[in-house]
Amino acid sequence: MDSKAIKIAANKVQVHYGDTHAIKDVDVEIEDKTVTAFIGPSGCGKSTFLRCLNRMNDTIDICRVQGDILLDGEDIYDKRVDPVQLRAKVGMVFQKPNPFPKSIYDNVAYGPRIHGLARNKAELDEIVEKSLRRGAIWDEVKDRLDAPGTGLSGGQQQRLCIARAVATEPEVLLMDEPCSALDPIATAQVEELIDDLRSRYSVVIVTHSMQQAARVSQKTAFFHLGNLVEYGETGQIFTNPEDPRTESYITGRIG
Amino acid sequence: MTDFSQSSEATPTAKPKSESLFKMDARTKKRNAAETRFKFYGIVAIGIGLLMLVVLVTNIVTAGTGAFQQSFLDLNVELKADKLDKKGNRNIEDIKKVSTFGYAPLIASALESEVEKLGIQSGLTPKEMGKILSKAAQAELRNFVIANPGKIGETVSFRFLVNSRVDGYMKGRVSRESIANDKGISVEQLDFVDQLRNAGVLYKAFNPDFIFGTDASDQRPEAAGIGVAMLGSLFMMFVVLALALPIGVAASIYLEEFAPQNRLTDIIEVNISNLAAVPSIVFGILGLAVFINYMHLPTSAPLVGGLVLTLMTLPTIIISTRASLKAVPPSIRDAALGVGASKMQAVFHHVLPLAAPGILTGTIIGLAQALGETAPLLLIGMVGFIASNAPDGVVAGFLSPNSAMPAQIYEWSKRADPAFYERAWGGIIILLIFLVTMNTIAVILRRRFERRW
Repeated sequence: MDSKAIKIAANKVQVHYGDTHAIKDVDVEIEDKTVTAFIGPSGCGKSTFLRCLNRMNDTIDICRVQGDILLDGEDIYDKRVDPVQLRAKVGMVFQKPNPFPKSIYDNVAYGPRIHGLARNKAELDEIVEKSLRRGAIWDEVKDRLDAPGTGLSGGQQQRLCIARAVATEPEVLLMDEPCSALDPIATAQVEELIDDLRSRYSVVIVTHSMQQAARVSQKTAFFHLGNLVEYGETGQIFTNPEDPRTESYITGRIG
Repeated sequence: MTDFSQSSEATPTAKPKSESLFKMDARTKKRNAAETRFKFYGIVAIGIGLLMLVVLVTNIVTAGTGAFQQSFLDLNVELKADKLDKKGNRNIEDIKKVSTFGYAPLIASALESEVEKLGIQSGLTPKEMGKILSKAAQAELRNFVIANPGKIGETVSFRFLVNSRVDGYMKGRVSRESIANDKGISVEQLDFVDQLRNAGVLYKAFNPDFIFGTDASDQRPEAAGIGVAMLGSLFMMFVVLALALPIGVAASIYLEEFAPQNRLTDIIEVNISNLAAVPSIVFGILGLAVFINYMHLPTSAPLVGGLVLTLMTLPTIIISTRASLKAVPPSIRDAALGVGASKMQAVFHHVLPLAAPGILTGTIIGLAQALGETAPLLLIGMVGFIASNAPDGVVAGFLSPNSAMPAQIYEWSKRADPAFYERAWGGIIILLIFLVTMNTIAVILRRRFERRW
């Protein structure tokens, strides 16, 4: 089963928000080309841990991260690592669709532009089209690339954000409850997309919906009160959990 | 709900059948009455405010519109060569030697012949007749001759300003009764004015020199204009805009987006807010001490005025800029950081453009505030300066002494001649037009670009 390479390895990760100990001793190994779901009740630290993986927590003054997180064997919290470079490798999609208030084209082209991925307009056009296709939204927007991204529906906006994230050719894609603001149809579209993305990227998704975790992920990690309670094959977590807390959560007794 | 306490004591079956919804119970009536009362108070408050505004605006308009009109007298003046160019060689230096005083006889004789032509019998001496004209008339004539020495010997028609008392009589401010103790004008002269008016040579007309002209000495209110002071204000606003906007925006961006949250930044933040509440005269005395006494910048110069007003405007701009930066949703910053933008790229590519309308609005309001500020200008010598000459050139505009619009208005209002009072009101109208225009632009900008995400 464990034939896939380890993309991210976290070792004894501790996160403090001021006096609050938000993440306690988390060890997890995230595989390449796999969808890994983080589940758990609200406030259990799953989003916090996700944001550690591309150092988005750096923007919060009171947040302190200890322990090692290795991306392809390199510690991303090493002093030599520039978080900006890291985030180009580890893209992120947020809970609420947050397209820039610019055109659809500019939304997707922004990342490649600032990273210098295209040498000319033609190459940039190509990247934009490829990314929008990967975001499964090309057919809907190809005729109105100049329209503002904020004018799309919620589900389209979220797929645009995914297209924007993949445009910088990341290796890992972090998704923080990407479907929580979407209706069931848009959710289904995004889930289908996540399954496609697995062929290229290592996807880590935080979700509140256990059905969603069961549908899209191969591996599942259950967080509770800042601890990683259980981590394993999705099928096993949902059918035969080892820890009683996991069982309580997936059967709806805590959370 | 209201009878909950009763029903809890009584048995449920004994609970009385609830009242019809069509009938208002006592509590509802009370609540509604309170609401009606409150609405009434609100309307009264707004009414008082509106009334004040109407009173203010009518007052300003009635008192100030007179300043835009001035009484003029048409005269054909013969530029006698024997008076203006005694040597007859049209040498400009010789012509310049004739002082304004030397032009008085020319005007007097021109008026005399005009009176003769119109067949007016006044019984006044030519000198007394000449007194109804402004003292500015001689200067105007001299300037014309110096500019056009070739016209000497010809008869040229002029439109001269009349004396402020005559002007006041034309506008109804001065009457025969009110001049009883006035040495400047007599009842006979007013009769003479009436005759000239009936003949159509003395009339009221729009006076562009009030808007574009220079200030005059306190002897000649009829010749005073706000134009130079307007230029002074304009140059000050250039200084304020060029300094306050970049400094204010840079400081706000740093404080809002980059600075760590600690004791030091807290102290800075509190002090910026405090600075906004500091009385403007304090900035004035600071300007006097630092810019003039220490740095030896020229007194009364718009550059110094602009520097002082920059100090005063900075807190306004910083506070409004920070507010508009704060109003940009954090999700936009996350989005930019998430695709690997640096902090600075996130701010300059995404946050700042979204905050720009708010920053612009704050800046315009800050500028409007600075434009109307008088107190700090008192201390750096811009109040009290007689702006009788327009600055020649841009550098002089910044460095040579000048007045500013509110300073000019204050200056006029403290001069003795009641004719200046009218000009002060007129100046206020012009100032208010500027302020209302700027605020309207700010409102339009805010409406137009408000929250597009």
